[in-house]
Amino acid sequence: MPELIFQIAIIITKIVILTFMVVLPLVPVSVYFERRFSAVIQDRVGPNRVGIPLTLLGFKKDFHLFGLIQPIADGLKLFLKEDFTPAHVRKAFYWMAPALTVVPALITVCVVPFGSPISIFGHTEKLVIADLDIGPLFVFSVASLSVYGITLAGWSSNSKFPFIGGVRSTAQMISYEIALGLSIIPVLMYYGDLNLSTIVQQQADHGWLLLPLWGHDADHTFISKLLFWFPAAIAFLIFTISIFAETNRMPFDLPECETELVGGYHTEYSSMKFAMFFMGEYAAMVIGSALIITLFLGGWSIGFGADAWVSQLHIGDFYFGGLIHLGCFMTKLIGFILFFILVRWTVPRFRYDQLMKLGWVVFFEAALINVFLAALIVAAPQLEKTIIGVGAVLLVIVTAAVIWVAKVSEETPKVLRA
Amino acid sequence: MAVVKLQRPKLNFGEKIYFGALIKGFFLTMTHAVKSLRGKSVGADELASSGLGVTMQFPEQRWDEHLPEYYRGAPTLVTDEQGRERCVSCQLCEFICPPKAIKIVPSEIPSDDPWVKVEKRPLEFEIDMIRCIYCGMCEEVCPEQAIYLRKDYLITGLKRADMVHDKKKLYEIGGTRAGLVNKWNELK
Amino acid sequence: MPSYLFWLFSTVMLIGGVSVIAFRNPVSSAMSVVTCFVGLAGLFIGLSAFFVGVIQILVYTGAVMVLFLFIIMLLDLKDEEKAAKPLLPIAAGIALVAAFMVQLIGILSRTPDVIAPNLDKESLAAAASGFPATSKIATTLTQGKLPDVHLIGHTLFTDYNLPLQILGVLLLVATVGVVVLSKRQAE
Repeated sequence: MPELIFQIAIIITKIVILTFMVVLPLVPVSVYFERRFSAVIQDRVGPNRVGIPLTLLGFKKDFHLFGLIQPIADGLKLFLKEDFTPAHVRKAFYWMAPALTVVPALITVCVVPFGSPISIFGHTEKLVIADLDIGPLFVFSVASLSVYGITLAGWSSNSKFPFIGGVRSTAQMISYEIALGLSIIPVLMYYGDLNLSTIVQQQADHGWLLLPLWGHDADHTFISKLLFWFPAAIAFLIFTISIFAETNRMPFDLPECETELVGGYHTEYSSMKFAMFFMGEYAAMVIGSALIITLFLGGWSIGFGADAWVSQLHIGDFYFGGLIHLGCFMTKLIGFILFFILVRWTVPRFRYDQLMKLGWVVFFEAALINVFLAALIVAAPQLEKTIIGVGAVLLVIVTAAVIWVAKVSEETPKVLRA
Repeated sequence: MAVVKLQRPKLNFGEKIYFGALIKGFFLTMTHAVKSLRGKSVGADELASSGLGVTMQFPEQRWDEHLPEYYRGAPTLVTDEQGRERCVSCQLCEFICPPKAIKIVPSEIPSDDPWVKVEKRPLEFEIDMIRCIYCGMCEEVCPEQAIYLRKDYLITGLKRADMVHDKKKLYEIGGTRAGLVNKWNELK
Repeated sequence: MPSYLFWLFSTVMLIGGVSVIAFRNPVSSAMSVVTCFVGLAGLFIGLSAFFVGVIQILVYTGAVMVLFLFIIMLLDLKDEEKAAKPLLPIAAGIALVAAFMVQLIGILSRTPDVIAPNLDKESLAAAASGFPATSKIATTLTQGKLPDVHLIGHTLFTDYNLPLQILGVLLLVATVGVVVLSKRQAE
């Protein structure tokens, strides 16, 4: 029984620390970065004032802290606003929807490996809440639940524009889930494993998927890794762009396209309920970045063969290498969040038909062909030369056929009649 | 109205896959970001930026010395060289004021006053700065050149009463104005 | 799986299942189905069938039910909210349920009442001998973990390879059919 209580205590500690002290604070931090970075891009200053107001207590100077307290002030403001429920909404679903967007995003945190194991007094603990053997699939399945929040928000608001926003979001998320799932199949084939911790460990030992420059041995020759770089890069591209669509971020934020839909699916929401949608969007962005980093950019790995050495660092019985890895992971995560923000302020919004076409005609086919390409490259060492040749020729023919079909279907746009 | 039929531009392959434009866009935004961080954005010097973007950061930096000559700030009353209040409470400004921000209570000048021949002066002169739209019509209409729009732009208050400028306050901001028409002056 | 988890998830499922027919609003019913599916996925995961459980959520809850919900919302069914109870559909429903129950009782009474093998380290290691020693399945089994994804893949691609391929072709035909039908309507 004490064993069980100890286990539960460790799990709860991990949930509290990793979800509520590492990932959740990233949401306001990314909001802050969003505002500051966009301001800098547009030659403005952005929020740089809110800090510790010492002058209120009679001191001479305030600490501005570069405005880092701004998101907290914003949150407080949203918290204190009137929580207005319009009379025409369907109450139960209207109340349920915000929770349904935030909760899935936060649940997915539990399979992300934040660092290498930490060891203290001979007890080793992995820096991941649930070390599941189906990591990426778990993330997809739980993230796919968040579509309910947006759909129900749109429907239960009982008003035109939110409904259109909800419908758009549903169609968009379902479409891009296919490209998302197909695009990482090459990666999973390469690692032969669905456990995210193992995938990151392999990358730490043998080079990141997109930076395979160290850790060559007989099973992982430099040539094979270099060859796999191409399908990996294609997968990375498709996966990243699909994550943009999946999290409803610019340039695919049509569900909340202000120019067409007022506020989109959360038009009728106010106060903390609106803040929940806001949080859900940013939490999804954080998790999406974490997944991309874990699968393609080495997760917590520092790289260049330094990981094994870092893992051995210790003071007495306390092996703290995992904390350094945690820091590395967070650095990469914030870097990728900045990339998300840069994209938002650079790329204009897509039109809805362009979005659907990109998802179904381009990414779906490209991901499918990429699966075969990756399979050929992964299996090549065990195959005879003629079979490889035949496979390559077949692949080229199929690719050409797909491109031809896409081109033909594009050339003669039919006039749609109701 | 003539109908102009536009031919959609024929895109080549590079333009169709959209990537070149994306990369160009990233370069553009990043150039802006870097320039803005170094305080070298276009127009930063002319706009006296704070060193981040083109923005001047208000309480520390003020644009007082950058105000143009024709700037229209708060309307005020002025006195002439002899310290006489120029306003003769003709109430033209009160009449023309579009938002009805001006309130004048006229009174007679007592017979022992050296300026008794002017006959009238305002007993109370109030401009409600919450209502004032800084249009400058009062300045334009004043036959005595007594009301002027000065360059004060920081009109703040904690309650509505703070925002009503009474006569004392108006003369305080307005000060003395020399070299105007000396209609009531002996020199004339 | 600890028995209290079994009871928890079965209760969730049952509540979901009953509320599907208890609610008059179609959207509420659809959400009840979703609850039911989530409970089912919990049961699968509790039985160490992680892959099946997750796919249950990914495919049925995350895609199929969303489309259902989508269509229900677009149709905006108002008539269903009326408390109309024609006799024939109810009788048919009861008959269907009764037939299903009889079938279920028949099957359950015939199945020998055996306890599923314990998934402890020894039995898993013993099962590893059925696979090549260097394969991923064997190494994971000897570590005392159940490689359910690999086992499903292994079974699908060795024992049921031909049915799998035929199914794939069938789905492809269906997809092509949908494309053709929708294109024809557009013209």
